[in-house]
Amino acid sequence: MHVPDGFLDVQTSVATGVVAATAVGLALRRSHAELDERAAPLAGLTAAFIFAVQMLNFPVGVGTSGHLMGGALAAALVGPWTAVLCVSVVLVVQALLFADGGLTALGTNITLMAVVTVAAGWAVTKLVLSVLPGRPGSVVPAAATGALLSVPAVAAVFLVLYARGGEASLPIGVLTASMLGWHTLIGIGEAIITGLTVGAVVAVRPDLVYAARHLRPALLVRQPDGSMVPAAVEQHSDQPPRRVRTIVVVGTAVALVLAGIVSFFANGNPDGLEYVAADQGFLATAREHLLGDFALADYGGVGDVPVGVAGVLGVLITIGLGRLVFRWAARRSDAGDFRALSR
Amino acid sequence: MAGGHAHLLYRHGDSVVHQLPAHVKLVSLLGFVLVVVATPAESYWAFGVYAALLAAAALVAGIPGDFVLRRMVVEIPFVVFAALMPFVSTGERIDVLGLSLSESGLVSAWSLLAKGTLGVVASILLAATTDARDLLVGLQRLRLPARMVEIASFMVRYLDVVAGEMHRMRVARESRGFQARHLGHLRAVAHGAGALFIRTYERGERVHLAMLSRGYAGSLPLSDAGPASATAWTRALLLPGVAFAVALAGGVWV
Amino acid sequence: MTVSLEVKGLAFAYPDGHQALFGVDLGVRRGERVALLGPNGAGKTTFVLHLNGILSGGAGTVRIGGLQVRPGDRDNLREIRRRVGIVFQDPDDQLFMSTVREDVAFGPANLGLRGPELEARVASALAAVGMQGVAERPPHHLSFGQRRRVAVATVLAMKPEILVLDEPTSNLDPASRRELAEVLDALPVTLLVVTHDLPYALELCERSVVLSDGSIVADGPTVAILADDDLLRRHRLELPYGFDPLSVPARKTRYGGGQPANSFSGRCQ
Repeated sequence: MHVPDGFLDVQTSVATGVVAATAVGLALRRSHAELDERAAPLAGLTAAFIFAVQMLNFPVGVGTSGHLMGGALAAALVGPWTAVLCVSVVLVVQALLFADGGLTALGTNITLMAVVTVAAGWAVTKLVLSVLPGRPGSVVPAAATGALLSVPAVAAVFLVLYARGGEASLPIGVLTASMLGWHTLIGIGEAIITGLTVGAVVAVRPDLVYAARHLRPALLVRQPDGSMVPAAVEQHSDQPPRRVRTIVVVGTAVALVLAGIVSFFANGNPDGLEYVAADQGFLATAREHLLGDFALADYGGVGDVPVGVAGVLGVLITIGLGRLVFRWAARRSDAGDFRALSR
Repeated sequence: MAGGHAHLLYRHGDSVVHQLPAHVKLVSLLGFVLVVVATPAESYWAFGVYAALLAAAALVAGIPGDFVLRRMVVEIPFVVFAALMPFVSTGERIDVLGLSLSESGLVSAWSLLAKGTLGVVASILLAATTDARDLLVGLQRLRLPARMVEIASFMVRYLDVVAGEMHRMRVARESRGFQARHLGHLRAVAHGAGALFIRTYERGERVHLAMLSRGYAGSLPLSDAGPASATAWTRALLLPGVAFAVALAGGVWV
Repeated sequence: MTVSLEVKGLAFAYPDGHQALFGVDLGVRRGERVALLGPNGAGKTTFVLHLNGILSGGAGTVRIGGLQVRPGDRDNLREIRRRVGIVFQDPDDQLFMSTVREDVAFGPANLGLRGPELEARVASALAAVGMQGVAERPPHHLSFGQRRRVAVATVLAMKPEILVLDEPTSNLDPASRRELAEVLDALPVTLLVVTHDLPYALELCERSVVLSDGSIVADGPTVAILADDDLLRRHRLELPYGFDPLSVPARKTRYGGGQPANSFSGRCQ
């Protein structure tokens, strides 16, 4: 789903560019605390892995080709903030060296594939982890579910962006149907690869899986007479400060303002609004081909509601969901089930 | 240890373009792409000019046409997409060769193809004339955050290893008769993915420990080369500069 | 007499649960040469990786020349890694640049050296190991023994206070082994040599420490340790066939005054 140059109008490209820059900036700051020095090569390896995995392309009906994203996998291995950096690096290199994804569409691609996949994937992973028993093995179904749901989430946001500023006059209903449909299938593939990879790594090197950090075993010290006594370990906590909540709040506010500003430029594509509203006839026909009514219902609603608000909603859903889950998981972590989960 | 993978993209040479510092070329690429994207689709002639400029650059750099063409394969998915648009798009229909096509769809298809292709070719030229390591240093000079450059440099190292291992595993699989091409294919591949990850990691881990032990702290030591010369900048900015000037003079944005 | 290395109560377990160190205490004075002996799996490499902060998170403290290792503090780590030079077992893990010169320059460049100062540092490090002639060659074109010596040079270029070598003689032919011993002998640094090669330990180090199952079980003059058959047997250490440690002429310690060949004074600090 690498968006090429000229696919979205300038306003949308700029807006997503700002969102991407904000997200990467935040990620840089947060990952600084998250990444110890040995994690940098791990992040690089994760990036290489995602790069390789993304080469598996699936042709997708009327839309662009779909492929594996890797956002949920990255988040499970190196943590969400570092994952944003990993995928962003992959996208930058792909855009520069491999001409995959336009340079001017980099903001869009990063927003879609680095921010949305990681946010949605990690949110779901944490959600599932919080209801599963506190064993390292629980990471596997959690990450797999995160991967499964992250893909349609990206497709949905892509459709919102396209409805806002697509340069082509494609009927949104048909596009929605094929994109969501195919991307649900791709989500299954993504879930399988994510689950198996995380599973294999956590079995052999649990220290390499961020999502599976657990309490270290109690250390023993051997006394001269041969007996063992527990060692006094200094608890240097790597619990993040409550600042993280502030960052999430600020980030949400920024995103809302941006989405609001973008909606003021809603002159971008009057066609978009026009035919979604006016072509009810076409949409009604398309209804039969849809996999689920819910998608159409949203976009049918869009016909009556300014498209700008749809954009705001898209951003809100992603960030708000993440924030809620993080806060909930943070409360659970205080109960001592896991360590340092309030990311 | 730099990406052997990048052999596919990099074409060794001594041209003026090869010798330009990476960060200068990156700025040039960005400038050119911006001009292209900002050009309205209806100014058909402008795109011809841009294409000619790229051809000239390729000539100067000594990059043969078939080299570029082969690497444009990455474009195919959205070429397909673009080709379908006139059929699927709504809006006023016109008749082309007996087919009823959407006019706006045709324009969109052209826009997508032209802009996308020009972007792709420009990127290919950059990759062909810039070594992966130099590119990373260039990104660092352009103030891409050090952390991201660090991740990128490890990524480049590991890509080689991952690609090699994947190839070896595929050969081993196929030697045992595995040939499926459907969703089940994914499972077999993914089974190896976890082992691949760990093996690759442990290979790189020891080298990284040695680097850490010698004080490596996350950023590549910048070369002693000073800022790029004015000649280098002038040469690199010729591409976007001329494109911009021609477009402006031709009234593309009036 | 200043202390180069001071380790107190070091305990560590790997994330998969396996505890490798059960409380290790060790002190090394400046200029001393200590051999760290022990069977496979004793925890020697784990121990060594704590000396420059690569491994951490367990219990206990490590002090290098009085400065405590604080893994969370980047400036602290940079200074620690300047003071502790670790030469790993496989030189190919340590030589990752295109030429020998670049590899030797990597360390000091990370410390901030540039230009003529860097050049001088590289030249003196290569001279110290006798490898001046190969500076422009790619490392993988050298013989294994030469690569070993270049690896030592890459670490020496940082002017460490204590040099730690992990199995320096593994895979070396006898001539290369001797050349390396001559190089190490001439270096004005504190030395900690992790090795299975007991004769080499006797040749280079006046003091030995035995690490077994994650704890120190013996600490004394090398001669004494090697002459203690019972100790060696209990911890899977074996002398080469026909080698009699007591018949080897004493080596002069850094502080002058050799150890008489067949007397020992028990544990020393």
